[in-house]
Order: sequence, then C-alpha cells, then structure tokens
Amino acid sequence: MSQTDLATAPQSNGWRAWLLSDTPTSRRHAKLASLYQSWLQFRGNPMAMFGLMILVGLVLMAAFAPLISPYDPFVQELGNRLQPPGAEGHILGTDSLGRDLLSRIIYGARITLYIVTLVAIIAPLVGLLVGTVAGYTGGFIDVVLMRITDIFLAFPRLVLALAFVAALGAGIENAVLAISLTAWPPYARIARAETLTIRNSDYIHAVRLQGAGPMRIITKHIWPLCISSLIIRVTLDMAGIILVAAGLGFLGLGAQPPSPEWGAMVSDGRKFILDHWWVATIPGLAIFIVSLAFNLLGDGLRDVLDPKESGE
Amino acid sequence: MAINDTGKGRQMVPFPPVLISIAKIVLTILVTMLGLIFITFIIGRIMPVDPVLSIVGERAAKDVYDAAYIKLGLDKPLLVQFWYYLRDVLTGDFGKSLLTARPVSEDIIRVFPATLELATIGTIFGVVLGVPLGVVAAVRRGTWIDQVARVVALVGYSMPIFWLGLMGLLIFYGILGWVGGPGRLDFFYDGIVPTRTGMILIDSAIAGDMNIFWNAVSHIILPASLLGYYSLAYISRMTRSFMLEQLSAEYVTTARVKGMSERQVIWGHAFKNIRVQLITVIALSYAGLLEGSVLTEIIFSWPGIGSYITTALLSADMNAVIGGTVVVGLVFVLFNVLSDLLYQVFDPRAK
Repeated sequence: MSQTDLATAPQSNGWRAWLLSDTPTSRRHAKLASLYQSWLQFRGNPMAMFGLMILVGLVLMAAFAPLISPYDPFVQELGNRLQPPGAEGHILGTDSLGRDLLSRIIYGARITLYIVTLVAIIAPLVGLLVGTVAGYTGGFIDVVLMRITDIFLAFPRLVLALAFVAALGAGIENAVLAISLTAWPPYARIARAETLTIRNSDYIHAVRLQGAGPMRIITKHIWPLCISSLIIRVTLDMAGIILVAAGLGFLGLGAQPPSPEWGAMVSDGRKFILDHWWVATIPGLAIFIVSLAFNLLGDGLRDVLDPKESGE
Repeated sequence: MAINDTGKGRQMVPFPPVLISIAKIVLTILVTMLGLIFITFIIGRIMPVDPVLSIVGERAAKDVYDAAYIKLGLDKPLLVQFWYYLRDVLTGDFGKSLLTARPVSEDIIRVFPATLELATIGTIFGVVLGVPLGVVAAVRRGTWIDQVARVVALVGYSMPIFWLGLMGLLIFYGILGWVGGPGRLDFFYDGIVPTRTGMILIDSAIAGDMNIFWNAVSHIILPASLLGYYSLAYISRMTRSFMLEQLSAEYVTTARVKGMSERQVIWGHAFKNIRVQLITVIALSYAGLLEGSVLTEIIFSWPGIGSYITTALLSADMNAVIGGTVVVGLVFVLFNVLSDLLYQVFDPRAK
C-alpha cells in the first residue's frame, strides 16, 4: 500500500502538497502529514528553533571534535599557561596547565552528551517499567511501587546523587547511575497516570480476549502510548540533568581529571577567578548555553505536542 | 465533604473525617521517612569504605578487627542491622564524624542555622520580587514585560548556580568591591558575638553590635540574592500561570463590568484567590533552596549543611554524609507535608 503512495507522490515541490493533504491515503501518509504539521508549528517558534540549532551545533561539535579542535585537549604547555582569550593561537585562552580552552570545551561536549544521553535513556525506561507495572497490576503492587516512587521524590535530587556517588565512588558512570536513580520517579508517575487511563479501554480488553498476557499487553500496547508524554518530559528535564551533572563534576565527583568535563573545568578555574576570570567563565558559559538550549527546545516541543499543558 | 454544609467548616469540623485524614497524613509521613532512612542505610551498606577499618585502623590485629566487627553488629542479619540503624537515627545518633571527631548530630545542629539563614533570605528575595513580576506578566500578557519575565525565568532555570556564584564574586566582590567576600563575616569579626540562634544576623542584632550586623549583611547579600534568583524564576512562573487562570474567570469580567478599578480587580479579587496556591509554591521553593544552597555554600565558603556534607564526602566521612543526607531529606519531606497542610487549612474547597 505504501509503495503505491511513494510512487504516486509527485517528486520535488509536490512533497509539500502531499504532506499537507487533508485526505491521507494510508496510515503512514497520515502519520507523516501530522508530523509535518507539528514541524511547521515548531518552526514558527523562533526561540525553540534557536534552541534546536544550538543543540545540533553541539552534536556536530562533539562528533567532529578531533577535526575542529585546534589543539589536543590534554597536551600541557606550561610556558603558555593562563593566557587570556585572544592570545596568539588560543582564541579562548589557556588554563592553568597551558591547555587550550577552546579544544577542551569542544571535547567536553562529548562528555556532556554522553552523560545526558545515558540518563535520558535509563531514567525514563526505569520510570516506564515501574509506572506501567504499577498502573496495570494495581492493588498491593501499585501501592508499594508508588510509595517507593514517592520516597525517592521526597529526596532533594542533588543531595541524593551526592550520597550515591559518595558510596559508589567518583566517576562518569557512577555519576550517570546516581543521576538516573534520582531522575526516574517523575517518569514513573507519568507512565502510571497514562496506564490508568488506557488500562480499561476496549482495545485492551479485546487484546486480552485474544489471549495476550500482561507482558505482551504492557510492552506492545501500553508502552507505545506512554512514549510521547515521556519524551516531552525528558526534553524539559535535560537542562536539569546537565546542571546536576555539572554540579557533580564541579564537586570533583563526576568525570575525573584530566578529562575536560565542563563542571570540573569551572572548579579548576575557581582558584584563579579574581586574576584570570576566563578559566572558570568560559566552561560555565558553555553549560549555561546548552542548558538554555534544552529549556527552549523543551518549551517549544511542549507547545507543539501537548497544547493543553503549555503556559500560553 | 458533604458534612460541611454549614459554610463555617473551619470552626465546626466534625471529628471523624478530620481524624482519619490526619491519621492518613501521619501514616504517609512515617512511611516516607522510614523509606528515606532505609535508602540511606542501603547507601551506607554499598559504600566501598570498610567501616571497621576506619575505626580500628589499617594494621589492626585480627581479633581487634573481629571485636569491632561484632560491636558494630555487622555479623547480624541485614534486617537486624537496619533495626539498630533505625533506632540510632530516631534517637538522633548518627555516630561520630571522622573529620571533626564529634557526634554528627552536634555538628549538624551547629551548621544548620547558617543554611537556614541563607535560604530564608533567599526566599524572601524570591517572593518580594517574583510575585509582583508574575502578576504583572500575567496582567500584561504578551507585552514586552511578559517577555522579559519569561527570559528572566528561563535564564534562572538554565544557569549553573556554582558558576553564577563565581561570576557574582568576580564582579561584585573582585571588581566592584560592593559586597563582602566568601564566609559569613570578615575574619577579625569572627567569634565576637555569642552564638544564640546560630544565625549571625539575629545574633549580632541581639548583641546590639551594629558593625558586625552590617558586616554580616554585606556577606550574606550576594549568596542570598543569587539563591533568591532561583526561587524568583520558579515563583514568578507559577504566579503568572495561577493569575492567568484567575483572570480568565467570569467573576473577573463581572467585577470589571461593575466598574471596579483595575487595581481592585487584580489585587483585591484575582490575587486573593491565588494566595493559597502561592503559599504551597513558596514552601516548596524554600525547601528547594535548602538543596540549592549545597553548591552555593561551597562557592561562598558558607559553613552550612551543604559545605558540611561535601567536605565530609571528599574525605570519605560516611557517618557525616549519611547524617547530613537524612536530615536534609527529612526537612524536605516536612516542607512538602507542610505545604500540603497549608493548602488544606487555607483552601475551603479542600475540606
């Protein structure tokens, strides 16, 4: 069926008409058309587009780090330490060991993306699992799981992450684990709420009558419907995740030196803040820009995907 | 509930439903706190540091080690160990700090007022500026002032607090010299006023020493206003959305049609109706500031609970870390419950 769509769809500028058509000819056509509508709406939001552009830039920067960074981020050049921005050969200056700040910022994007991506996968998955199981089974299991969720929610996030990292030992992987452990409860709540509304719908009954077990119903018929609200929440959470990760790095509990993690770089520059302001200022600015970009993107996505929740 | 149809529910609440709802709240608090303590127990269990070794030292003889091992109850089943732990925590015994060689609970009592002072002034700042900003943004929706409010909040949500603190120090202390540097007082003022509440502003005011009071003000103003910026971001956004909801209600139109002044419509009617929601938001943001102060305290060398936990953490002083975490968690839960209760007390609809 879809093959004929593709064949009959006119090429080049006919794509737009095809995407905007009010009479979809197939499921895929309808889906693509609605995606395109959302994209048009999203594109009309300049702040969200700005956020998206920054993030695309960040991903490209991380992907091509070896190509675009002028120096090796780990190579020290003690004769050239604490050079101000604009110094010869170092656009953003150098740090206390004479390493090029620009190169370290570029490589640091990899660490930031690594942490954020892992947390953004682990936390919603755990939340999805807990939430749907609680919502679908109900009864005693529901009460127990939701109590546990509330207990984790009751902890202030950074303090709990601090305690976990203290117990597990410093390092990127442990930081990811600690942040995920503090980030999953809101997802569990959302997933449970979605499950409760779906659980008693007719199509679930129909699937069950056909002999599907709870496992199959949850994974094949409930999870797909929870995804979109989770995605919005993840985007809105990203900024917070970056700030917690940077905070852990700042305290020396995240990525270990000499790796160019932005939070750790700020902490490194703290000692020289009054005389050599740029060492701490520039990586902090990078954290701020990326977290701002995620906030802008999240706001825009929420306006498009979930109009009833948006502030406007 | 249907029983309260007299309209004077607050004075004439019948007993049973209230007792039941109180019992429910108490039960929730107890379960949450128990869970909180259990999580910290687990964290204490998975730590790589051997608690026995930290007591007897690296080169202790086997029998000394074993004696300490048994004394700590580590030979007992996990559940029994948890029971001991729970008993200790409930009696306020978190063990001794390795760093200060004093009981952790004493340390916490000593450092907590500093955090409380910082968070309180930060919240006052956030409320005083955030609420009017939110109201104005809602009333002038879509104008430049609404946009400014939106940007202010977005920047607040996106700024790493430790970096903002450093920048604040650099600009206002390093370059302009308007405020005092890190710490609560200049060091030659240290230890002059007797400690009564542990909050230096109050202590110096009681002692009547205005020099010290103003010195303390110059030290607290920067960290408190930076923290306050975070609560401002949150409070102004929430105020805006609460106000928007009220302003679109029909009673506002009615009031306007009746010829009331805009001022009275906004502050006398709409704002009156969001006070309850605002109180809960403020309580939550206050609790949030207690957490936000962890990183701020490090930057400003502020001797509060955040500094205490992180210093302990970097020297593997687990008793202090766990003790601090439990206390912060409990305070957090209390604030959450408090905000719930306030809602119940002040909002007649919640009855």
